Amino acid sequence: MDSHAAAAQRKTYFLVFGALLVLTLTTTGVAFINLGPLNTPVALAIAMIKAALVMIYFMHLRHSTFLTRVFAGAGLIWLLHFIIFTMSDYLTR
Amino acid sequence: MAEIHGTAALAHQFDDPEQQVEASTLGMWTFLATEILFFGGMFVAYIVYRMSYPQAFAAASHHLDIILGTINTGVLIGSSLTMVLAVYSAQMGRRRGQILFLAATLVLGLIFLSIKGVEYQHKFHEHLVPGAGFQFIDADPRHAAIFFSLYFAMTGMHAFHMVIGAGLIIWMARRAWRGEFSPAYYTPVEMLGLYWHFVDVVWIFLFPLLYLIGRH
Repeated sequence: MDSHAAAAQRKTYFLVFGALLVLTLTTTGVAFINLGPLNTPVALAIAMIKAALVMIYFMHLRHSTFLTRVFAGAGLIWLLHFIIFTMSDYLTR
Repeated sequence: MAEIHGTAALAHQFDDPEQQVEASTLGMWTFLATEILFFGGMFVAYIVYRMSYPQAFAAASHHLDIILGTINTGVLIGSSLTMVLAVYSAQMGRRRGQILFLAATLVLGLIFLSIKGVEYQHKFHEHLVPGAGFQFIDADPRHAAIFFSLYFAMTGMHAFHMVIGAGLIIWMARRAWRGEFSPAYYTPVEMLGLYWHFVDVVWIFLFPLLYLIGRH
């Protein structure tokens, strides 16, 4: 990596860090506003954006091979199966 | 020196360093997939019980310290930044920077655990630890106790992962100190980074689900 690309890389890390802090304050602030049934979906949406930022930039999925991304996605797909199949039982009793 | 390390670190079963790095990365992500499912069990239990007892969960969540929770989220995100900068320093061949950023990550991790400890202590004093001494008047205590059981199980397992991470950081800083890493070979630092960021991601979900229910 040349020094120019390295500096850009480091700048990206700080920008992502800033975005994560802003999103943390946002989610805490939004929790005090009554959005009716939307409070939890909004909190989860912000959490997913934060998780995506960490995975893409800090866990380097942005520069990973396709196979690595498949492995990273597999865990999430299994988790979705876990949640969807469990809830398809509990929600239909 | 860097070249010698890079070549020496190539195990005989791999064609080239790139293939070796990818094998490690795939192995780490596979381990993290099992970790996702490990924590997933507790998250699914949380979903089932929160849907069953929404009022008790909201009332119980009000007893968590939202300020300490928000500060701790910031501390953990900060530790992710210092960790990624430690990996970056390793990549750049800056041994000193790598050790300093690992040390900063360790300190931030310990601050997180200390704040968590203060929170646990408050829960003990307020009789909010499930068991014989549990007292709760804002909602059905049996249902609120489920929330606190999940709270201690999830944050406890998360904290346990951080303690392991702290140990790994000390080990990795020692290896960096001994000059074992170079721009040609720093895979262990990068894998430690993946683990640490994963623990951060778990907390990113724990925070709104435990601290931010029914605050308005």
